[in-house]
Amino acid sequence: MVLLQRPHILLLLIGTHQFLQCWIAFGSVNEEGQKQEEFSEELLLKTLPDHKLLAHFHFQSSAPPSTSNGCHHHLFPKAISQLVQKFRIKEMELSFTQGRWNYESWGGFDPKSSSNAKPAGVELWAVFDVPQHHIDASWKNLTHTLSGLFCASINFLESTATYSTPEWSFPPASGNVRYGTLPCEAVCTENLSPWLKLLPCRDKAGIALLLDRPSLYRGFYHSQQLHLTSTGSSSEGIDSGIILEQTLTVVLQPNSEMAIEVHASEKHIQPSWSLSSIFGKQVSGRCVLAKSSSVYLLLDRGLSAANGLTSENFWSNPSFELSANPDRIFLEESSSHSKSLSILYMFQVEKYCESEPFDIGLMWKVPLAWFCQQTPLHASSANSKDGSCELRVDVFQVVPWYVKVYFHSLRVFVDQQPRAVSDIIEKIHVSPSKDKCLLGFLRIDEYPPDANQGFDIPSAIISFPNFHASMVFLEDDSLNKSPLLSKFQEKCPVMPYTEVLLVPLTTPDFSMPYNVITITCTVFALYFGSLLNVLQRRVAEEERFLKAKAAKKTGRLPLLLSKLSAKLRGRRLEPLHSPPSSSSFINSKLVLKVILVAGLAVGWQYFFS
Amino acid sequence: MSSYAGSMYHGSPLLLSLLGPLTVKRIEGQPNHLLYSLVSVIADVVSAMLIRATGQNLRLAYLRSLESLDLVKQIDVSEFLCSGDIAALIYLCNPFTIVACVGLSTSPIENMAVILCLYGACSRLIPLAAFGWVIATHLSLYPAILIIPVIFLLGCGPDSPPRKLFLQRHQQKEVLNQSKLPPGFSWRPIIHFAFWAFLWSVYVLVLCGISLKQFGGLWEMFKSTYGFILTVEDLSPNIGVLWYFFAEVFEFFRNFFLIVFHVNILFMILPLAIRLRHRPCYLAFVYVAICSMLKSYPSVGDSALYLGLLGWFVNELADMQFSLFLFCGYVGVSLLSPVMHNLWIWRGTGNANFYFTTAMVYACLQIVLVVEGVSAMLNHDRKLRILITGKPQDAKS
Repeated sequence: MVLLQRPHILLLLIGTHQFLQCWIAFGSVNEEGQKQEEFSEELLLKTLPDHKLLAHFHFQSSAPPSTSNGCHHHLFPKAISQLVQKFRIKEMELSFTQGRWNYESWGGFDPKSSSNAKPAGVELWAVFDVPQHHIDASWKNLTHTLSGLFCASINFLESTATYSTPEWSFPPASGNVRYGTLPCEAVCTENLSPWLKLLPCRDKAGIALLLDRPSLYRGFYHSQQLHLTSTGSSSEGIDSGIILEQTLTVVLQPNSEMAIEVHASEKHIQPSWSLSSIFGKQVSGRCVLAKSSSVYLLLDRGLSAANGLTSENFWSNPSFELSANPDRIFLEESSSHSKSLSILYMFQVEKYCESEPFDIGLMWKVPLAWFCQQTPLHASSANSKDGSCELRVDVFQVVPWYVKVYFHSLRVFVDQQPRAVSDIIEKIHVSPSKDKCLLGFLRIDEYPPDANQGFDIPSAIISFPNFHASMVFLEDDSLNKSPLLSKFQEKCPVMPYTEVLLVPLTTPDFSMPYNVITITCTVFALYFGSLLNVLQRRVAEEERFLKAKAAKKTGRLPLLLSKLSAKLRGRRLEPLHSPPSSSSFINSKLVLKVILVAGLAVGWQYFFS
Repeated sequence: MSSYAGSMYHGSPLLLSLLGPLTVKRIEGQPNHLLYSLVSVIADVVSAMLIRATGQNLRLAYLRSLESLDLVKQIDVSEFLCSGDIAALIYLCNPFTIVACVGLSTSPIENMAVILCLYGACSRLIPLAAFGWVIATHLSLYPAILIIPVIFLLGCGPDSPPRKLFLQRHQQKEVLNQSKLPPGFSWRPIIHFAFWAFLWSVYVLVLCGISLKQFGGLWEMFKSTYGFILTVEDLSPNIGVLWYFFAEVFEFFRNFFLIVFHVNILFMILPLAIRLRHRPCYLAFVYVAICSMLKSYPSVGDSALYLGLLGWFVNELADMQFSLFLFCGYVGVSLLSPVMHNLWIWRGTGNANFYFTTAMVYACLQIVLVVEGVSAMLNHDRKLRILITGKPQDAKS
């Protein structure tokens, strides 16, 4: 009351309160000034040997470990940090993929394809930091939470029949990892939108502005991935730091209108492209919350060799022209295998803004052909004398519980020659599913929707544990390390995936449950009734009754019918006898019954109509 | 690794350890399955020989009972077919037996165990009968109900007309010659049999327990073998009717229908035993036929068994109705059923309903066979009574 009468005192109090809040917030920011949340966005473009374009978006957010509970995030998505804290996730990867990664044309050994080529559908694996017996419960809750977060049916992975615990073929190999995949899940813009919501600028500013849905989903392959790592264990009582990497890998076909202008007669010219021609948009400035925002263009070894570029003359471009000048050029550290190197051009997006949007284009002047390095790589045979070399391959395959696998029919082919299984395979570990048994036929409620299409067997992971793919680029200053370059330099394991198999399994007729039940029960009733009848029948009495019935029939047709039935049954026709005297008595009883029922019906109708 | 993991095998662990290596061992230059096929063929031949011996036993008993009833002149004995030979030939030449042997199934061995049990009981070889019964029950659950015909066989002897007829005959002749009467029910062989059965079952259980010690023990074995049979987990299409039923029935009613179908077998044991107690071998035949019709996973190997046993009774069942209809029905179903199976599963042009129809027709044929067979046997006894007493009566025949 007093305050209302003196409005200036009220205003003073409110102002002081606001000032104090700002000061506290400012102070707390200053306290943790060294460890702040960071966000960086990058885009990598690469022309593939079959003239398609690979666009790889890489968004990385990191939240530092904090000692306070319920810390506020201003860049890092709160949903993810709650997920990590609630389920104690050490590492997790979730990928939504549509399309098949073409290992022959697009490569399998460079770091990009070994970490970004995923099987079609949804793949989820997670490492938990909880005791062994809680992991299954944590996995189940995680699948449900992710299902709600990303609008996908990841919750199908919750039952023990659909996920597995790889032990030695799947890195990180420990008992805490759980792996599950849904091969038939369709990926659409409904999954992309929640994924984009985790970014600080969404798709309204920065590089994410390029994510035009029609052009994305027109591509040959697109895969959006989410990779979480939490640094530090939560047993020390502090919230661990989290690094969230969101990557989107798209393989697109640039339209070839521009190429026709240059060389009309050439058939093999690769199509020129630019960001506006592929995505229909241009980058109009960076996301203001991003610490760094850059676009990279990669020429891999094969292309630079075809170009004739070596470490000396990488400045000159005889065969293509870039529409913007790169800000920096990185060279790969030279390796002993070949003289050609990968070259990485870097463009800073900070320099561009709304009025001067960033659009990079590549125009080819000469037709070139090159190849990329495939898996498996070359294995040197320097160790052994007879020219053979050893290559260790781990294969991890999940087979759904309703498919029977006959292990004795396993065949191994080396160089398309069949070899004995025991020579090649060192160990097989089979873990059958515990609660559901393998059947050739399922119950009616166990079939997935649209069962007539078939069942998917998820792809197998083939890993070469002795080989790692990495690309190390020479950099001038190591202070400003971009996350993409660090990922290049990480030794990531080479893990190509096989294709998803579609197995048509036989289905029963789903429209017939009532009919089947009724007919089967009829058969059983037939058995039961007739057998009991035979067992307790008094044959002599029945014969007398039959004789009496036969005597009543005087017409020709019933006589013929009874003769026919007797012949069919193999019995002799009994001669007619005189009818017993009780027939009239039966008749009057019957007439009385009929009159009684008719009277009841009339009365009912009369009283209730 | 446990032999029951992954739900591929649901049989006896002893069978697996005895016959499993035979399926894997290879002889150079011969096809892969030669050794196991040899075992099946030997099992079939042994079963046929045992059927023949039992058939001869039965025929001798029948002739003896006719003699003691003084019906030898009225019934033309010379027209009697040699039932033992016919039964053995039917069993060996049955296409169902051959198919079961070619398909490398375990039916020949299960059939051999059942026939061993019946042969031992007929010939009063009690340890052999006990062994056969224990092994047959161990391999598949259903031969357990053969204990009742075995008890009757050991107590009263092989098939003979009802005891009442003998008493009536001797009343007529006013000579009570005790030696011509068939012996009464004796308990001694039964106790002997129980002892041997107990011994054999303890032995088998101990062996199984040893082989399954680190995989969960005997309870795991019972759950995987008997539990699997009783709960009808596997719904692969077969010649029976239960697979489609349990694929389509809703979860709520599953237990109820399981109980109903298994009680159907159990319920018929008592009325049949009461009515056919003087003919234990025929009772065994009816039990085997009912089991192979209503069991959880029927196959043609089970049909081969009861069709072979049917040959023992060619003389008594000469007046069976619908015999031609049944024969044509069996031939028709055995030709159509693989065709429908192929159409549905391999070509994808047919439907599950086609195959299920043939399975239903097959079940109906088996029902007709059982019902008409029982009816014909009861009529035969009635005819004997008419021959003895000279007039039909109101009482049950």
